[in-house]
Amino acid sequence: MFAYTSRRIVYVIPIVLSVALVCFLLVHITPGDPLVAVLPADASQELAAQLRTAYGFDRPLPVQFGLWLWRAIHGDLGNSIATGRPVLTEVMRAVGNTVMLAIAAAMIGFTLGLLFGLIAGYFRDTWVDKVATSVAIAGVSLPHYWLGMVLVIIFSVQLNWLPAVGAGPGGSGAWAWDWEHLRYLVLPAITTSVIPMGIVTRTVRALTGDILSQDFVEALRAKGLRETEVFRHVIKNAAPTALAVMGLQLGYMLGGSILIETVFSWPGSGLLLNSAIFQRDLPLLQGTILVLALFFVLLNLLVDIAQAAIDPRIKRS
Amino acid sequence: MSAMSDTALQAVPATKARGYWATVGRRIRRDKVSMACAIILVLIFASALLAPWLHLADPYQGSMIRRLRHIGTPGYPLGTDELGRDMLARLIYGGRLSLVIGILPVIFAFVIGTSLGLVAGYVGGKLNTAIMRTVDVFYAFPSVLLAIAISGALGAGITNSIVSLTIVFVPQITRVAESVTTGVRNMDFVEAARASGAGPFTIMRVHMLGNVLGPIFVYATGLISVSMILAAGLSFLGLGTKPPEPEWGLMLNTLRTAIYVNPWVAALPGAMIFAVSICFNLLSDGMRSAMDIRN
Repeated sequence: MFAYTSRRIVYVIPIVLSVALVCFLLVHITPGDPLVAVLPADASQELAAQLRTAYGFDRPLPVQFGLWLWRAIHGDLGNSIATGRPVLTEVMRAVGNTVMLAIAAAMIGFTLGLLFGLIAGYFRDTWVDKVATSVAIAGVSLPHYWLGMVLVIIFSVQLNWLPAVGAGPGGSGAWAWDWEHLRYLVLPAITTSVIPMGIVTRTVRALTGDILSQDFVEALRAKGLRETEVFRHVIKNAAPTALAVMGLQLGYMLGGSILIETVFSWPGSGLLLNSAIFQRDLPLLQGTILVLALFFVLLNLLVDIAQAAIDPRIKRS
Repeated sequence: MSAMSDTALQAVPATKARGYWATVGRRIRRDKVSMACAIILVLIFASALLAPWLHLADPYQGSMIRRLRHIGTPGYPLGTDELGRDMLARLIYGGRLSLVIGILPVIFAFVIGTSLGLVAGYVGGKLNTAIMRTVDVFYAFPSVLLAIAISGALGAGITNSIVSLTIVFVPQITRVAESVTTGVRNMDFVEAARASGAGPFTIMRVHMLGNVLGPIFVYATGLISVSMILAAGLSFLGLGTKPPEPEWGLMLNTLRTAIYVNPWVAALPGAMIFAVSICFNLLSDGMRSAMDIRN
């Protein structure tokens, strides 16, 4: 297990470096100079040249990348152009809210997905299966930002049960674990949970079906095991793949929260990314994407290790 | 009993007489869900294409006194938007841009990804490693984040949003194409072609492309649904086209302010995105099971 874990960690290093390279290059594919956002429109040539030297934009690209990477490793992602505060501080404050939203959504989506998937796979080609599959396919086809709007229309505008936007009565800085604040989490979490619910349902349904058609299940039944015991074996065999899919989905929820956070004005990393894009705040854009991508890579690593821990066959391949 | 032998009698000569694709086509035509989806999609595509000849109201012509009319108002079957423009006309005209920006990235990615995957899978060795490791890098980003990152860095615009979505889908299609090609590469008929003196380009184009295209095509059809949602999502964020252009994602964004006045009109553009997306998903599922003849 130790050997496998360390090998996986070593494999991650080139991935992390190339992710950093992509994030670095993002700023350099922007049309014109990366300074355009900082410079006033009527800036003189000297001022532009001065700033270019100050930011290091006059150096060759590989050197710039090296310097940027060196500072990034030390936790310095530069300062936000809009607020002047360090990018890392801004991102870390926002990421907490995104993680909270993603975990709440994961609890809803994964529970329902596992339940629907197991039932649909076990009662294949019955009406239960048809209902669960339809729910799943609707889940993966829904434009989730639109679902968010529809839920706001129903539960905030028409019924007036739940708040439409924001993260609590005290604004983004004052979160508390009581109903007054949790009410604000309900609609965004349900909206976020729909896609993972659909994908987990489809995966688990296919897995359950495949496992049930295998010879060892026949052997278990022939041995005289009760159906509940057989089901336990099915779950154990489906677990590694289901876990991998759920890990990936959690990563997508963390990284892809921008649309839902925009709809609900949820003060997470997605909303931060949105404001970074429209204020042309390139250091903030770059930093947010880097942090989110690193979260995703780390999560994939953890899933791989967890998968190997529960399924010894993976270690050998 | 008699019904069973009937179908058995019909099925045997049918599968023998028809080729693979004819059988697949016949199986799709028999699938009610797939056919319903195909008909809905054809209707949406045709109305978008023929919009100027449908005697619709001008989708750009607003009116301050007729803003946010309800669904079913005489003269405005689907109501009016926040600037008093006819929703029916805007939804139909909106399909033109929305379908183009949703589908073009998948077509581009299909062409690029299939070529890359075919070359990587057939040539193998160092070229395979180079292509597939580059693809891995893009897998280290959640696709929504990657699309928004590229689109956000390039700036708003239709071309940029198509480019960013193409970049998101190329790695996924390349992976599928590579794995299918690797499966086909060592089959006897490829060996036979090589023995008869065919060059690598000819083998890839003549002998392998036809065998790998099917699975890749099905995978790509499934991506159209994601692409429609993401493309409209980019417009929804303001990274796609600009007002007053009718486009479903952008319409959804500008109508967001109207949800307290006329909520169901505001939700209409999203329903269009949903309809197209679910139809492509169901059609792709239908195609997948139709092509799986062994079952």
